[in-house]
Amino acid sequence: MARYIVHRLLLMIPTLLGVAALVFLLLRVLPGDIVELKYAGSGTFAPREAIEREKAQLGLDKPLWRQFVDWIGGIARLDFGTSMWTGRPITYEIAIRLELSLELAIMATLVAVLISVPLGTIAALKQDTWVDYFVRIFSIAGLAIPSFWLGIIIILVFIIFFHWLPPLTFTSFRVNPKANLQQLIWPALAVGYRYSAVATRMTRSAVLEVLREDYIRTARAKGLWEKTVLTRHALKNALLPVITVLGLEFAFLVGGLVVTEQVFNLNGIGKLFVEAISQRDYTMVQSLVVLTAFVFIFVNFLVDLVNALIDPRIRYQ
Amino acid sequence: MTMAQETARAARTRASGRRIRAWLRVALRFARRRPLGAAGALIILVMLAAAVLAGFIAPYDPLTTDYAAMLQAPSAPHWLGTDAFGRDVLSRIIYGSRTALIVGFCASFLGASLGTVMGVASAYFGGKTDLIVQRFMDLLLSFPLIVLALVVVAVLGTGTLNVILAIMVPMIPRAALVARSSALSLRETPFIDAARALGFGHARIIFRHLLPNVMAPYLILLTAFLGQAILLEASLSFLGLGVAEPVPAWGLMLSGAAVEFAERAPWMAIFPGIAISVSVFAFNLFGDSLRDALDPKLRVS
Repeated sequence: MARYIVHRLLLMIPTLLGVAALVFLLLRVLPGDIVELKYAGSGTFAPREAIEREKAQLGLDKPLWRQFVDWIGGIARLDFGTSMWTGRPITYEIAIRLELSLELAIMATLVAVLISVPLGTIAALKQDTWVDYFVRIFSIAGLAIPSFWLGIIIILVFIIFFHWLPPLTFTSFRVNPKANLQQLIWPALAVGYRYSAVATRMTRSAVLEVLREDYIRTARAKGLWEKTVLTRHALKNALLPVITVLGLEFAFLVGGLVVTEQVFNLNGIGKLFVEAISQRDYTMVQSLVVLTAFVFIFVNFLVDLVNALIDPRIRYQ
Repeated sequence: MTMAQETARAARTRASGRRIRAWLRVALRFARRRPLGAAGALIILVMLAAAVLAGFIAPYDPLTTDYAAMLQAPSAPHWLGTDAFGRDVLSRIIYGSRTALIVGFCASFLGASLGTVMGVASAYFGGKTDLIVQRFMDLLLSFPLIVLALVVVAVLGTGTLNVILAIMVPMIPRAALVARSSALSLRETPFIDAARALGFGHARIIFRHLLPNVMAPYLILLTAFLGQAILLEASLSFLGLGVAEPVPAWGLMLSGAAVEFAERAPWMAIFPGIAISVSVFAFNLFGDSLRDALDPKLRVS
């Protein structure tokens, strides 16, 4: 197992370098220079010397390969460079927002699991009854309803019926756990519902499949309680594909965070990303993209690892 | 007109009549066997009609502002109310279906087509070409869908054409992956060997022999992408990184003012969202049914 982990971790390095190179090149083949583009986009006049100074500051006067090597070397030391917009270190800008986004992501995942596993199991146990149909419609609707609209509707309901507005500032869990959870549960629900849609369908079909297995019949024939059969024999085995799906759907979680932070006015990584794009903050964009790709690749690796830990049949070389 | 010409023409008309009837039969059988898919197709047809006939159906011009009729609640003259500029919400939703469909269709069609051609070509050539193309596709796949789209927006900027490109790019590797695996088994079949033995060029073998045989997965991909593309367009426009004002687009209608005036004019936030959800729902239903109908592996079970 240890060898497998090391092997997989080492394999990530070329992928990440490729991702970084791709993003770097994409943002450098832009017609024109990123500093000039930034000023052109902002509509303000900048004297020649100011542009040259900013270029030198960002290291843009160096040859392309040198810029790339510097950037990668910085990332390896967790130094992403300076934001072209705020002038502050990118690592700092990310660090102050990381807690919020991370907490929101974890809560949304929890919401997704808490929706999909019970609903999918009930639907499978009551196959082809109205319960099953309801769950299926509920999950198909989750794929169609955009999470930002669900967020807007949640806010709408609160404003109209409770005259409550989402707070403008973020309260950390360490400062005030109750206020923190009250603030984040609604965006987490908006993202989590979308996230749960495929997982619910997967749970349903996985439980249906497992229930037909011989060992379930054996367990029942032994006279085990139905509850034991369900939790110890069926669910444990059905969970494997569900975890895989949750990992694959992680991309939707990222997308959900990006739009939902906007709706609920949460100053997280997703909002930072959107702002960086509209402000043409290219150094910030390239850093955030590489960071997201890294998290994405790492989550896929974790899913494989969890699968191997849960299922003794899976043996990786 | 000579006799021969006339018979030829009659035969052609008969043949086209037969083809139309054959298509109708297929469509009817699809509707009978898969009522949900047919319901999805029906909603899509309604959307198409609304998009094509927007000029006739919409009660108002979607761009005309009317400051005397700002933030009006749904009423007889304005069925779904008006927005912060006094524009009719219903008319903007009807015209918005144009944006959604044009962006959705173009992006999915281009993404699925380019991806399929690349996947098939990669499988056909094999060896080093295949390896390089696959590594590149793997790179593109290590970005979440919306992140890659946002990168393209960051490079190209906003606007309808750029949004189409931004949505198309993340679709390409996903299409290439599926098309490649279908084409890998085709590559070994005798008719491809025969085509090679006849001395056909690579392009001819790929376009005339391999591509027609991956039509089923291609169509499945195309319909699966449509719903996603519409959703992605709405998300990008909502973020202000998609189509730009004053183009009527559902996602755009939900951004900014919709939340600002939530208490006074909730209809502004409710109806465009319903339009997005219903259309994505329809495309998903239709796509799922089409997949079940076309995929022989799933048909057995």
